[in-house]
Amino acid sequence: MSGGTYLVAAGCTINDITGKISGLCTAKGSIHISINYPALVPFFVLGGGALVVLLLSAVLPKRPYRGLWAGLTVAAGVGTVVDGLVQWQQLNGSSVTPVTLGDQLFYDHMGAFFAVLFGVATVAGAAISDGYLEREGLDGPEPYVLMLSCSLGAVLMADAAGFVTLFLGLEILSISLYAMSAYHRWRAASGEAGLKYLILGSLASAIFIYGAALIYGATGSLQYLGVVSFLADNALFQNGVLLGGMVLVIVGLGFKVAAVPFHFWSPDVYQGAPTPFVGYMAAVAKAAGFAGLLRVLMLALPTLESTWRPIIWVLATLSVVFGSILALVQVDLKRMLAYSSISQAGYVLIGLQAGTAQGVRAVAFYLFTYTFMVIGTFAIVGVLQGRGEARNDLSAVRGLASRSPWLAGAMLVLMLGQAGIPLTSGFLGKWVVIEAVLGQGQYELALIGMLGAAVAAFFYLRVALIMFLAPESPGAPAGGAVTLSATGGPGAATAGGGPSDGGPESSEPGDSGWAAGAGRAYSGSDLQAIVTAGLSARDRALALRPPPHTRVRVPAATAAVIAVCVVFTVFAGVSTPVLSWAHAIALPWSA
Amino acid sequence: MSFLAATGLAIGSAWALYGVGTALVLAGALGVVLLRNPVHCALSLVTTIFGIALLFVDQHAYFLAAVQIIVYAGAIVILFLFVIMLLGVDRKEARAPENVRLLVPMALVVGAVAVAELLALARLQYWAAGAKSTTQSLSGPGSDIQKLGQTIFTSYLLPFEMTAALLVIAIVAAVALVRRRSQPPPAPPRKSAGALRHPARAPEAPGAAVRPAATAGAGRSAAAATRSPAAAASTPKTSNETREGRAVS
Amino acid sequence: MLAAVAAASYNGDPVFAKGITLGVWIIELVKLVAVFAIIMVGVLFMVMYERKAVAYLGNRWGPNRAGPKGWLQSLADGLKLFFKEALVPEGADRWVYRAAPVIAMVPVMVSFSVIPIGDTVTVAGYTTRLQLADPPWGILVMLMASSISVYGVMLAGWASGSKYPLIGAVRASAQMISYEAALGLTVATVVVLTGSLHTSAIVAAQHGGVLYHWNVFRAYGLPAAIFFVAITAEMTRPPFDLVEAEEELAGGYNMEYSSIGFALFYLAEYAALVTNSAFFVTLFLGGPDGPYWHTIGPLWFVIKVLAVLYVYVWIRATLPRLRYDQLMDLGWKKLIPASLAMLLIVAAGHISWRWGLAALSGSLFAFILLSRAIEVGRTQVEEGAQAELESP
Repeated sequence: MSGGTYLVAAGCTINDITGKISGLCTAKGSIHISINYPALVPFFVLGGGALVVLLLSAVLPKRPYRGLWAGLTVAAGVGTVVDGLVQWQQLNGSSVTPVTLGDQLFYDHMGAFFAVLFGVATVAGAAISDGYLEREGLDGPEPYVLMLSCSLGAVLMADAAGFVTLFLGLEILSISLYAMSAYHRWRAASGEAGLKYLILGSLASAIFIYGAALIYGATGSLQYLGVVSFLADNALFQNGVLLGGMVLVIVGLGFKVAAVPFHFWSPDVYQGAPTPFVGYMAAVAKAAGFAGLLRVLMLALPTLESTWRPIIWVLATLSVVFGSILALVQVDLKRMLAYSSISQAGYVLIGLQAGTAQGVRAVAFYLFTYTFMVIGTFAIVGVLQGRGEARNDLSAVRGLASRSPWLAGAMLVLMLGQAGIPLTSGFLGKWVVIEAVLGQGQYELALIGMLGAAVAAFFYLRVALIMFLAPESPGAPAGGAVTLSATGGPGAATAGGGPSDGGPESSEPGDSGWAAGAGRAYSGSDLQAIVTAGLSARDRALALRPPPHTRVRVPAATAAVIAVCVVFTVFAGVSTPVLSWAHAIALPWSA
Repeated sequence: MSFLAATGLAIGSAWALYGVGTALVLAGALGVVLLRNPVHCALSLVTTIFGIALLFVDQHAYFLAAVQIIVYAGAIVILFLFVIMLLGVDRKEARAPENVRLLVPMALVVGAVAVAELLALARLQYWAAGAKSTTQSLSGPGSDIQKLGQTIFTSYLLPFEMTAALLVIAIVAAVALVRRRSQPPPAPPRKSAGALRHPARAPEAPGAAVRPAATAGAGRSAAAATRSPAAAASTPKTSNETREGRAVS
Repeated sequence: MLAAVAAASYNGDPVFAKGITLGVWIIELVKLVAVFAIIMVGVLFMVMYERKAVAYLGNRWGPNRAGPKGWLQSLADGLKLFFKEALVPEGADRWVYRAAPVIAMVPVMVSFSVIPIGDTVTVAGYTTRLQLADPPWGILVMLMASSISVYGVMLAGWASGSKYPLIGAVRASAQMISYEAALGLTVATVVVLTGSLHTSAIVAAQHGGVLYHWNVFRAYGLPAAIFFVAITAEMTRPPFDLVEAEEELAGGYNMEYSSIGFALFYLAEYAALVTNSAFFVTLFLGGPDGPYWHTIGPLWFVIKVLAVLYVYVWIRATLPRLRYDQLMDLGWKKLIPASLAMLLIVAAGHISWRWGLAALSGSLFAFILLSRAIEVGRTQVEEGAQAELESP
């Protein structure tokens, strides 16, 4: 704390470099705090956007223009992205000094990176929500206000330089998400999802704040750097309180990212909440939670690395394994994607577990690419499910290739991306993650990750296969579906027994073959057996239900988002600019 | 309060405050858990809050003590009571017997283990090593509220503003969930909708019984209904059509 | 700004400067008894004062039998009540029912203890303030008391085990909470002007000069009006007495009470009236400071309190009771925004007139937006109701 400390008024001194104020400033105009406005622009844009939407909705008569609220939200999101990029240009890569407003915020590459991520998610989320909300008769300003405030909370979490700010970001994010989950007021499942999320989320928040309090008790500081400097100057021989605090903080943030022992809310919420919001939530809540975890573990508690790495190891392993395996037996599309996102969180945790610059890079890259994949996927699910979210089961996508080949193609790319097939960003993401842990000599974890990816590939490809099944149940000749559903379990088991072994390998070369065969009927019993492998008899029948006989209507904005997501998934998989960005945010740790 | 520091009275009064405060906190907390009537529970909560306020006074945090009472006792518990009285849930507390019966011993065991753990850990010396704590009034000139104000408006300005944002967002969230819409809801999905399109398979489709099926195809289905009147009863319709159907039958 | 600097080194009642000796104990005890006596006498007086004044405004005689010109009527009423049977209704929650009148009484008594009746006096070498306590959280005691005083009404209504008292209690809780926000904001306005929470510092800052030091002028008048309306609603005095509306609720929350319980509620109600008038005087009318002859502080104080009390009686005699939705409208849509705007304007004007002007224009703009939003909301509600009527 060097620098020009000067006396402002009687008993009041201000350090003009750190902005630290000591003494009591009662004289008029004696308190000056340095505010670094460039660092605050994302908050002004997102918060201002939310306020503008609120204000306009209050003073404009009824519904002025369709898409006005979504348009304003998209504008605020674009503003955030642009500002994030500008910040990126202006910042010096290796600085991690909190600079603004009483040292409550970091202004660094990581913050700019996450601002871009949340901005993108806001733009995409608002764009896909517009069509959905109109279809469901739910349109109004509130979801957009909540979405903007949720992004605000997320940026706050990513920029936070202390536990107080982090907690506030967490709460702003969570409260917005609770309401968004429960927003579909005519679906009971949505209300249930919101309630479950609220109760469990509040518990997680309480656990988090308890952990932060314990860390404060042990170190006497709520700022990350204060914790670090205390731990650097003082050796705690009995650090029980500190460890307890750290564990509770990990639990609280682990809940937000839906890591496995704390994932129980996730399938129910994903299933019940309005679909575009789920896509947005999956991207933003996860990224914000990981941003918080990165800051806390890598900045505040690097001295405890040997303690938190095993914890993260366990969480990562459990998430990858359980997420993948449980996703296998889901017949509800959204529920399956919930488990899939749990396993994806497991991969990010693997990257975090490395605890190195390479790991940070992997986490950032993974989160950024996952944002596009998950929002694109949920956008497609949102348009497929039909009015009132009528069809969320796997068979809703059945025959999509013939009904709507472009959509099927997009879904295929996104599924392949999440499965981690080469030439997609998902592959590159898993690659850097595993590379990071290999760099630390964690061969077991790398192996678990790869095995998990193999398991996960199966349920992603199942969706792809179902899309290329014949939309209509075939008549007498093939008879697969009819037999299956008419005779139930035993028939299906015998029909599916043999060829199901060939499932995984047959899907690999099929990559381009299926796409070429779009519209043709693959209704042989072998294919159906592949599709239904691992499902119970009832679920099997459900997975092979006929699809809705409607034309899929894709709103223009949603179509654009899907297209961008698909293009980005391929682009980030075959080129390196995103990877080099991700690399730049890891600079502070590469020393 | 420096006048007290010189005498033994300071220590005595501090202990008395601490003792009374702790007793109130614990008694209130037990009351909240053990009393059956929700209004009594809420009043016990008020007792706890007063105890906490006393403990704040003991720590020379006068402003916090006052705010504790104004906000918690004066607003939050009042709202609890308001809701309890408005909903009329007082005097009869519904309990689901089978779940609770299992939960009570579990809670007792877990609680006992936790207490034992805490006591055991507390016996280990320096288990709770860490930064030095302050149990006195904050140092420096000015009353505690002035110091608090200066801290809030300098180093904690951003969290302070964000707390305001949080409250606004919570209001928006609450309003978003309870606001009435003038627009009618979409047609409710019918459970047996799947049966119509594939009559031959209807009994065997187990999913149809558990999953609500599409309403998006309502128009088509309605057209189909004219073809097969037998299945008309299970046809998903928009609300207008349903009303007409009832009128006809 | 001098006031703020002075407040920084302000340290409560000077009587404690030499430590706590027997003399200090005696002085505090005397002050305690004096405050209690002031409240009791004030209540007895106020009951009669009100009845006489209302009668005068209604062109009647009022009570004129007990004592000289009927001035002992309230004492006679009190005695009569104490000799009546204390009934506990069948369906009542006994403990809460008995405790409620006491709970109603205590906060009022406590809050009077921070009111400065005069400046300091010196007795036998001890210099002390003419107020029972001058704690560092000063004026917050008033907010604490007003927020807790809801409990008495609420619990009484609930514990009676009867329908009308319960409705009165629910009304009371909603009403008091609604007006507490405006109350707190206006108190904050005064605190911003003074720079201290000490009630003695608040009156000291208004001392001297001819009137213009008083907060009612320094805060541009409006906060004083808001404060007055808000405490009237807090006390559930007319025209905000929906809690005990005789025509609708057969007497409201204290309907089932008799004897001492009823007397205590009556006492609490009038004690609150006296105390809150005293707070109004303290916060906005300069407390014991007079427009002239500043030395006779306590006398000015009494005169001002009597004047404020008369305004209450006047209002009671003239204004009709509000409807419940009007009450909520006034609280939420008018008083709270206005008090918030005044807090901003006063605080900004305290820095410089430019800021004050900016805050004023911002507030006016916000006011326009708010009224527009309320209008839009009202039309939407009406349309919704219309649509509901039309749909079968």
